[in-house]
Amino acid sequence: MAFVDRTTQRPRAPHVLVALVENKPGVLTRVASLFRRRGFNIESLTVGHTDTPELSRMTIVVDTSKTDASLVQANLFKLVNVVDVQNVTRQPAVMRDLALIKVRIDQQTRFEIVQLMDIYRAKIVDVCPESMIIEVTGPEAKIDSVVEMLKPYGIIEMVRTGLVAMVRGSGHFTGPTPDENGNGHEHEVGSGSNGYHFDDDSRLVRSLGM
Amino acid sequence: MQRTGAQIILETLMREGVDVVFGYPGGAIMPTYDSLLDYPVHHVLVRHEENAAFAADGFARASGKVGVCMVTSGPGATNLVTGLAGAMMDSIPVVAITGQVASYLVGTDAFQETDVTGVTLPITKHNYLVTDVAELPMVMKEAFHIARSGRPGPVLVDVCKDVQSKTTEFDYDAIQLRLPGYRPHRQTYDEQIRRAAAYINTAQRPVILAGHGIILAAAHDELRALAERGQIPIATTLLGIGSISESHPLNLRMMGMHGEAYVNEAIQNADLLIAVGMRFDDRVTGNLATYAKHADVIHIDIDPAEISKNVIANLGIVGDAKQVMAGLLPLVEPRDRAAWLSQIEVWRADTMTRDILSTTACESAPHVPFVIDAIHRATRGAQALIVTDVGQHQMWEAQYYRHERPNQLLTSGGLGAMGYGIPAAIGAQIARREDEVWVIVGDGGFQMALPELATIMQEELPVKIAVMRNGYLGMVRQWQELIHSRRYSEVAIKTPDLLKLADAYGLAGMRATRADEVNDLITEARSVPGPVLMDFVVEEEANVYPMVAPGKALNDMYRRPGAERAATGR
Ligand SMILES: Cc1cc2nc3c(=O)[nH]c(=O)nc-3n(C[C@H](O)[C@H](O)[C@H](O)COP(=O)(O)OP(=O)(O)OC[C@H]3O[C@@H](n4cnc5c(N)ncnc54)[C@H](O)[C@@H]3O)c2cc1C
Ligand SMILES: Cc1ncc(C[n+]2csc(CCOP(=O)(O)OP(=O)(O)O)c2C)c(N)n1
Ligand SMILES: [Mg+2]
Repeated sequence: MAFVDRTTQRPRAPHVLVALVENKPGVLTRVASLFRRRGFNIESLTVGHTDTPELSRMTIVVDTSKTDASLVQANLFKLVNVVDVQNVTRQPAVMRDLALIKVRIDQQTRFEIVQLMDIYRAKIVDVCPESMIIEVTGPEAKIDSVVEMLKPYGIIEMVRTGLVAMVRGSGHFTGPTPDENGNGHEHEVGSGSNGYHFDDDSRLVRSLGM
Repeated sequence: MQRTGAQIILETLMREGVDVVFGYPGGAIMPTYDSLLDYPVHHVLVRHEENAAFAADGFARASGKVGVCMVTSGPGATNLVTGLAGAMMDSIPVVAITGQVASYLVGTDAFQETDVTGVTLPITKHNYLVTDVAELPMVMKEAFHIARSGRPGPVLVDVCKDVQSKTTEFDYDAIQLRLPGYRPHRQTYDEQIRRAAAYINTAQRPVILAGHGIILAAAHDELRALAERGQIPIATTLLGIGSISESHPLNLRMMGMHGEAYVNEAIQNADLLIAVGMRFDDRVTGNLATYAKHADVIHIDIDPAEISKNVIANLGIVGDAKQVMAGLLPLVEPRDRAAWLSQIEVWRADTMTRDILSTTACESAPHVPFVIDAIHRATRGAQALIVTDVGQHQMWEAQYYRHERPNQLLTSGGLGAMGYGIPAAIGAQIARREDEVWVIVGDGGFQMALPELATIMQEELPVKIAVMRNGYLGMVRQWQELIHSRRYSEVAIKTPDLLKLADAYGLAGMRATRADEVNDLITEARSVPGPVLMDFVVEEEANVYPMVAPGKALNDMYRRPGAERAATGR
């Protein structure tokens, strides 16, 4: 089943999901196992610490030409250790990827590359007579274009972290507050809404006011 | 209070109202089996761990409580896998407790060490490995909460052997659950309910698709009220059977691959499907591309991941079936929908002309529908519960037994695991001691669960086991006949003499080889206070009709022979 955009009839663009997960052993395995067994197509997945020691944060880029992002979101939310999932694709968000690129240099090209990298505000983090390592951060498209620029010189090796994302503004994505979990009341646990409902296109969305 | 890990496990069971455990002991669970002697928990010793999981599943379905099974590490735990996968598929609350090697040995390939949380990760709702006794009280409490709340399912707790012996502080009431990521959906939105009512009020040809979720939510009254108010016909899934009485005039009965043709015809011609607590399994939809082309779809399910998974919903409502239907009821306008209902009657009349119940001759071997119908007529006034295994007999049971109540049919639906019937019946009989529990099982599935006859004897359970002996793995044989041009490959199956077997195990054994012996045999079996093994020698090469061939549209079915042919014999 391929998913196409209703208006353009083109394959849908990738979606970016942000998930807060409990910092417990095996959580990454649970997420990876979910993607594998459901056949979800994922372009990248990053995971890292947050300001709360109990929580880690994942940024997941979903290839929506083959996979419906709302189904990925709903399935992620079902995992007991996943505290919250947000689709930030249509929200104003800062999205960044980081790359380290080791490129071949010689006497002539060295200066040329330094100048070029300056335009991209990329940093030279290591230099030796035959090569240098460039560090560049930015939206994925910027990094793609840096890579294109460097290819003719000879890329020796490269690593990219994959996308991380954060919604702009003073809003706060830290999952539910503790009292929302109804601590201590056994049958009340989870009695609050999980904050999801379906919009007019039957897409799962987070409710307003949450 | 200071308690050992083993005591914590058993006290949690007691606090959760569990007084029966299905299990099998071994090295890594020995501390807990030792403590078992000190608690009033009834342990049922099965003959294979797979059957402990099936029995816990059957217990859960029959009682509405959480079923518990307990086994040792390594082979004990891996033997649970099929049962857990089945409970996962059918949303059954089960807690499995498995012993694990001592915490300091984990990861060393120690004797009988298996990565059980790894193995069962995709077939449990959640699982835990406990290496520190301090975590055990919380984990045990969480396990029960997760198993039974929201969309129920199996939870496995793998407890290291040393954890079972170590002590920690235990005060069950003081344990605060901390599950920030577990918030099963409860609240529904008025606006969505209003929109659902608008769809329903304008529909000319609506059908309610009633699934297992209605039974899990105990929403039978709401279902009936909704259907009656809007005069909306109901089709049920296999697991939705009993969500409304099968004699209710608005209940069309089972849909899908082996549903009656008029039920599928109604779905294919509907202008609105109101799906409640069902997940559009492929046995239910047939070819998705041709499924209910004219219908809008309202999908009500507690699990957001089910909505628009297989069939795209015009309106998805995430919530509990009981609450959503209760909210919907006052907004649904009374209608008579006479034209739609009489159209369905026309389709139904065609099915009636293809009745096969009268086609068995007295002196020949009965076909299975005849036997099922006889069991139904004999037990319908009683508090009877039917458990089936998997195969042709399972589908015939669904077609010919008429279930009046919820939780009156226990069957392995999503996994379709042969061998389920007999152990599930053990669990069911223990849950409902006063009920008359019948197992309908094929000669193939019977032999998968045969050792559990000893458990039935040891537990003194009056289970009535009806083996439909057709000499074949019938369902596979049917597919080979219809789809592989009758090239029979490994489907003929021999069965040992069931009367001798009954004798060896110490149950009453009975056999019927002719149709005219069936009724008497059933009466006799019912008069025996203990368990009975019934050997029904049935027609060998009968097929379950109607049937949607794989990949075909839901109303493109192999049918039973028509009226003319039925009259001249099959
Ligand atoms: C040989 C064989 C043949 C079969 N043929 C057929 C056939 O012809 N027809 C047929 O129907 N089936 C058939 N089945 C069974 C089929 O495979 C599925 O098991 C069955 O259709 C599932 O029914 P369900 O969706 O109602 O139940 P489940 O699979 O148990 O799904 C229940 C749904 O309800 C939801 N739910 C749970 N609790 C609640 C709640 N409180 N409120 C709201 N929603 C809730 C769950 O999230 C889930 O989506 C066959 C099986 C076998 C083995
Ligand atoms: C554990 C398991 N193995 C294989 C199958 C595939 N299968 C489905 S039905 C069937 C035949 C069942 O034969 P029997 O128990 O004799 O019942 P019948 O169909 O003859 O009524 C088989 C092999 C299964 N469902 N489960
Ligand atoms: Mg058979």
